[in-house]
Amino acid sequence: MALRDKQGRPLVAVTGMGVVTSLGQGKDATWAALTAGKSGIHRINRFPTEGLRTTIAGTIDFIDVEPFCAPMLSERLAMMAAEEAVGQSGLAQTEFPGALFIAVPPVEMEWPQREALAKASGQDGDVTYKDLLKAAATGEFKKWHDLFIFGTVADRVADKFGTKGSPISLSTACSSGATAIQLGVEAIRRGETDAALCIGTDGSVNPESLIRFSLLSALSTQNENPEGASKPFSKNRDGFVMGEGGAALVLENAESAKARGAKILGYVLGCGEKGDNFHRTRSSPDGSPAIAALKQALDDAGVTPDDIDYINAHGTSTPENDKMEAMSCTAVLGERMARLPISSNKSMIGHTLTAAGAVEAVMSLLTLSTGRIPPTINYQVPDPAIPLDVVPNVARDANVKYVLSNSFGFGGQNTCLVFGAEPKGA
Amino acid sequence: MRDVVITGIGIVSCAGEGLDVHLSALSGTPNTDSETFAPFPVHPVAALEWDRQIPKKSDQRQMEAWQKLGCYAAGLALDSAGAKEDADLKGRMQLIVSAGGGERDYAVDGQILTGLRGAENPGVFLNERLMGDLRPTLFLAQLSNLLAGNISIVHGVTGGSRTFMGEESSGVDAIRIAKERIASGQDDIFLVGGAYNAERPDVLLIYEMGSFLWKKPYAPVWSRGPEGGMILGSAACFLVLESREHAEKRGAKPLAALAGIASDRSRREPGSVEQSLHNLSKQLGAKPDVVISGATGVKGITEEEQAALKDIAPGAAVHATGDVIGHAMEAQAPAGVALAAGLIATGKASDALVTSVGHWRGEGALRVTKA
Repeated sequence: MALRDKQGRPLVAVTGMGVVTSLGQGKDATWAALTAGKSGIHRINRFPTEGLRTTIAGTIDFIDVEPFCAPMLSERLAMMAAEEAVGQSGLAQTEFPGALFIAVPPVEMEWPQREALAKASGQDGDVTYKDLLKAAATGEFKKWHDLFIFGTVADRVADKFGTKGSPISLSTACSSGATAIQLGVEAIRRGETDAALCIGTDGSVNPESLIRFSLLSALSTQNENPEGASKPFSKNRDGFVMGEGGAALVLENAESAKARGAKILGYVLGCGEKGDNFHRTRSSPDGSPAIAALKQALDDAGVTPDDIDYINAHGTSTPENDKMEAMSCTAVLGERMARLPISSNKSMIGHTLTAAGAVEAVMSLLTLSTGRIPPTINYQVPDPAIPLDVVPNVARDANVKYVLSNSFGFGGQNTCLVFGAEPKGA
Repeated sequence: MRDVVITGIGIVSCAGEGLDVHLSALSGTPNTDSETFAPFPVHPVAALEWDRQIPKKSDQRQMEAWQKLGCYAAGLALDSAGAKEDADLKGRMQLIVSAGGGERDYAVDGQILTGLRGAENPGVFLNERLMGDLRPTLFLAQLSNLLAGNISIVHGVTGGSRTFMGEESSGVDAIRIAKERIASGQDDIFLVGGAYNAERPDVLLIYEMGSFLWKKPYAPVWSRGPEGGMILGSAACFLVLESREHAEKRGAKPLAALAGIASDRSRREPGSVEQSLHNLSKQLGAKPDVVISGATGVKGITEEEQAALKDIAPGAAVHATGDVIGHAMEAQAPAGVALAAGLIATGKASDALVTSVGHWRGEGALRVTKA
């Protein structure tokens, strides 16, 4: 088998994967629950939810960090996923022989920290930022500078795993995880590195981030039955459910992976991306940017639409996304789309935001290796406008050689990845 | 490997708008506002006529200052590259933005903090106030990748768009990745840059917690003595990068060439920055006749950079971007490259080294040469 693709570039193999979601720690735990159609969505216990329109999420409650805040939890999730991935790859745990690309949530200082600064300022009248600045000048909050700047999670992960070079922290909103993988693929294809550690992580379910999405009317408000709230592709879908997660993939030049005798779990065969200038939160009505990203991913992978056996959908459960995604996929895959299985992991783990593209990449690769397609759960009321085989409610076995994984995000982000058990023509 | 050239520059800061005023400002004192955020001086951006680059008021309303600055500078860069009116070109132009994050509603934050103190149930109070008082669209003005999103919307740049985060390093790495993608033939043309609004109490707060801010009247970055500290500056800079062939084919005149970029992450300890700059300049084969330094003025690392530059670039003129625009964090490296390219394009230099030593982590160097 040639270890280069049709364009003469090095083939990019996956040799390690790790995942943490609300369904459990480790890819086996998440995969078992996901293929059993189990939901990780529950009532939020982390903070009071009185006064909120949405009171449910797929938070990860079995991990404690101190101080409890989004960057700390995101860092922990990234570390756990990376430990599992690097461990599986058999590469050195502290001397990773390549670059780090990590999708991290855009962090900000949080309310407990603002409150602590306000208290330390001694101000007992109206609090302003002048007071917070006065408290900051005491030097007692030095650690929070490091905690809340954007490069810190990457720096700590780079330290722990000994990745090489300047680590790249990135955000492309809800397609971030896929972009981290794309950056790794490109670096290996260019020959800059033989290995890349690609991570998506998000532990940012806190009152303000939930409220911000809520104010944009992006979230499901069907709180009564948390496990049933995320209903991708259903007629009664009413928004996404926030989730937390972390996922890591070890990518390697297939040649060097084989040379060291590593087990290859699958290949990242192609990547596509396209910007959309229609609107900040909505996609072009004709779907042209998503269509362009899908086509580019297929072209880049050297496969045809007919080669795709399964689509791991972005499938957020918002009225807009699922309609547009179905339309774009149909435009590219044609009438075959009516029979092609497409399912959304988000029906069970919610939308893990910055991590989603990476989490779903791991699930796509597990479908390739096990021949099992996780279902779209909560599919009780089909949407006649979306006549697709969404693998309703129950997992299915199928012969899957090529998987397409979609990620779309606010700000006109569209990123699509193609995974294969083997490169085409192998 | 293909040559990568710079064909467009857009820059705004306290020096004003456009490359020429910034080149003139290399030998002056930057405009400083010592009052608004006293005791912290900041370099405020000059007044801009937003309509000139962001024609729709509805777009302006959807953005906060850092995004508007970035959109404005991106428009200037497209103009300067002769790309603004070429929809097809912009449709395949790739975008990499180095960005921090959004801005807050400072009044709302203050009111909530005041109210939380006496609230019977603080968690519920916080929920109610945030639900009631946060502007829904503020979220979109806060998200890091929405500067890129706004550039797509306002200017129609719709190749792929990626946003890098991580303070100063993200600016270096954005340019590095763009250059590698062009050099390897993956893509032909990029818009790359960053934007920073320093006139914000929340960013001052982050850096004051870490004791990184200069609290006296303006002094050049090299002359801040043993205390040291940085003066943040509101600025944005975007560059149009493309392969030499691509520029020639469309008749665009290169201002300078991007000969190389090196970046790393040293474990900071005494001497590590000096060593890192030596390593990076060696990787680039740097023989500079001018240095555009991204020095912050922060104690220790600024002196180490000064010492390294004496060895790396003896006899070269050394300018600090911080003394022209202030420290603009994610936008600092793009601005340094812009100044270097400007000096080269006007014949005042032929081989420039641009440095970026992050205030807390990350070192980078960029070599800009004659086109």
